[in-house]
Amino acid sequence: MSIWVGKETRLLVQGLTGREGTFHALACRDYGTQVVAGVTPGKGGTVHEGIPVFNTVADAVRETGANASMIFVPPPFAGDAIVEAAEAGVAIIACITEGIPTEDMLRAKGFLERLAAQGKGVRLIGPNCPGIITPGECKIGIMPGRIHRPGTVGVISRSGTLTYEAVDQLTRLGLGQSTVIGIGGDPVNGTNFIDCLKAFKDDAGTEAVIVIGEIGGMAEEEAACWIAGGFKKPVVAFIAGQTAPPGRRMGHAGAIIAGGKGTAAEKMKALEAAGCIVVKSPAELGATVKAALKR
Amino acid sequence: MKVHEYQAKQILARFGVAVPRGEVTDSPAAAREIAKRLGGRAVVKAQIHAGGRGKGGGVKLAKDPEEAFELAKRILGMTLVTPQTGPQGRVVQKVLVEEALDIDRELYLSLTLDRSKAMPVVMASKAGGMEIEEVAAKDPSAIVREWVDADSGMFPFQARKVAFGLGLSGDSFKKGTALIQALFEAYTKTDASLAEINPLLVTKQGDVLALDAKMTFDDNALFRHPDIKEMRDLSEEDPLEVEASRFGLNYIKLDGNVGCMVNGAGLAMATMDLVKLAGGEPANFLDVGGGANEEQVKNAFRIILSDKNVRAVLINIFGGIMRCDVIANGVVAAVREMGLSIPVVVRLEGTNVDQGKQILRESGLKITPADGLADAAKKAVEAARAAGTGAAAAPGWEI
Repeated sequence: MSIWVGKETRLLVQGLTGREGTFHALACRDYGTQVVAGVTPGKGGTVHEGIPVFNTVADAVRETGANASMIFVPPPFAGDAIVEAAEAGVAIIACITEGIPTEDMLRAKGFLERLAAQGKGVRLIGPNCPGIITPGECKIGIMPGRIHRPGTVGVISRSGTLTYEAVDQLTRLGLGQSTVIGIGGDPVNGTNFIDCLKAFKDDAGTEAVIVIGEIGGMAEEEAACWIAGGFKKPVVAFIAGQTAPPGRRMGHAGAIIAGGKGTAAEKMKALEAAGCIVVKSPAELGATVKAALKR
Repeated sequence: MKVHEYQAKQILARFGVAVPRGEVTDSPAAAREIAKRLGGRAVVKAQIHAGGRGKGGGVKLAKDPEEAFELAKRILGMTLVTPQTGPQGRVVQKVLVEEALDIDRELYLSLTLDRSKAMPVVMASKAGGMEIEEVAAKDPSAIVREWVDADSGMFPFQARKVAFGLGLSGDSFKKGTALIQALFEAYTKTDASLAEINPLLVTKQGDVLALDAKMTFDDNALFRHPDIKEMRDLSEEDPLEVEASRFGLNYIKLDGNVGCMVNGAGLAMATMDLVKLAGGEPANFLDVGGGANEEQVKNAFRIILSDKNVRAVLINIFGGIMRCDVIANGVVAAVREMGLSIPVVVRLEGTNVDQGKQILRESGLKITPADGLADAAKKAVEAARAAGTGAAAAPGWEI
């Protein structure tokens, strides 16, 4: 079992014909994802690496029945790409692009919220994220597929490589993953921790969840609040940036302690108070999940 | 990106935010002339990026042009230490000379992003001059908040709510609402991430002006604001950080002695945490990125070693997309080129890990391999400690 993506997912790639887009679209296809279409304005009607290319997302959806999108469009145009996919009714939109202006994301998010109010909601994952994978079924994004195994641990993370660390530890311990979601390192994103936790709560195939947060914002505190309200599956959490200096942006646009808020200590405290098992070292994520599942 | 107070005021004025009359200069003689033009009495303000300048002696009132000259002479070139600069302080290169105004009240007004709501939020309080965090901690109800929809923009009633909340009335109320709306325009049209006026001044004559101004801008949106991008003052930044940014590397200098080279921002932060957990102190944050090539690895290595405090280097790579053999080749090339006098601990995992390890082994260089995150941090901290005391290197040290 899994959440949001699986064997039935039909993926289109916005920015397919670019270098990154091509490389990762093929890696997804090799993993077993159904990559059914590409979108590059002006290249509609051509075929790229065996994948039909369309001028617009709407064309691609109509012709191929695509129900998910992976975005590799450069930052100045990525906000527009998100809205185009949402408007065309693509259910799951994973935006990999890093460096989208916040203002563009505010507008894109506002558009998505208006669609949702009309009952036409779609799910945006990211931006600035590795994507989403249901091991053995569907990989949408830039994560290395081979470290994953199908199983029952859900993973939610604001960081890319740290997610790979966690997944690798789980796999080595014989623990597979139900679905792994990178929610991204930007200050304004689509799907948040709570959205993922809600879905994992309802997923019978998920027995435990890893939450990987980092400094900046209040998303972890909000997640802790929600967990305390009745999430019964074990949650193992790690917060990166325990040693980060205040006021500095640590690589990710969203990773900044501002005005004394968004520290790792506060987040760890909130998650602990909510009953999560908080580890100080990311090296302990896998083993801690294993121990939690045995109890 | 940060800008100076005088630059923030130039930008705000462009959008109709009232600011005091004033000019910026790097010369005491010019400061005297500016004060003359302003009518004699003037405020001389040090221009550095850090706050708390008044407390550090960087903001002074001159009663006449001659005193403005003397004050500018004293402030220019001084190393200003404020609570935000750290003990090393910052050298003042420019002063802003502004008209002195008759203060009736000092208020606080800012615009920033509320990440949870994904909306810009106006924050205002009657306690001007105080840090907003301090107000929030003492009396949260003293802060007026008004969220603005990015698409529809600020409605006049929202500006009125804020102005009423600040206790403005009469002529000041009209001027205040205009200023609040102008501030929102400036914030949104320049892709700012913060626009803060502290204090917002109400004069005895009823005028409402930005006495101080701080703006920071979304780095990701600078491509559409070349004029603001040009305001970047490299002398306010750490030279190593400037150098790193030139190579597309994300580097932040810290105070410890274990240099860190990592791929991915989250893992880079976690590696710093691991060093600390192992009893050491990280010398830097460095994310070489997901698609780094040999050349970038080389530059990263060189920048880490330029920090004289570094006693050992920890390279922590989880090669998802990035290949371990590329990293290994970059490290070997860098060490060959620059020589190496300190221990290097390498932890490689992921794509082509065996080739990577083989390249390091066969290089004949002094590189300590590590297995796993915890082991790597422990070895690096031990190596830094041993190097710091001149004792024998860490176990596993190979020549």
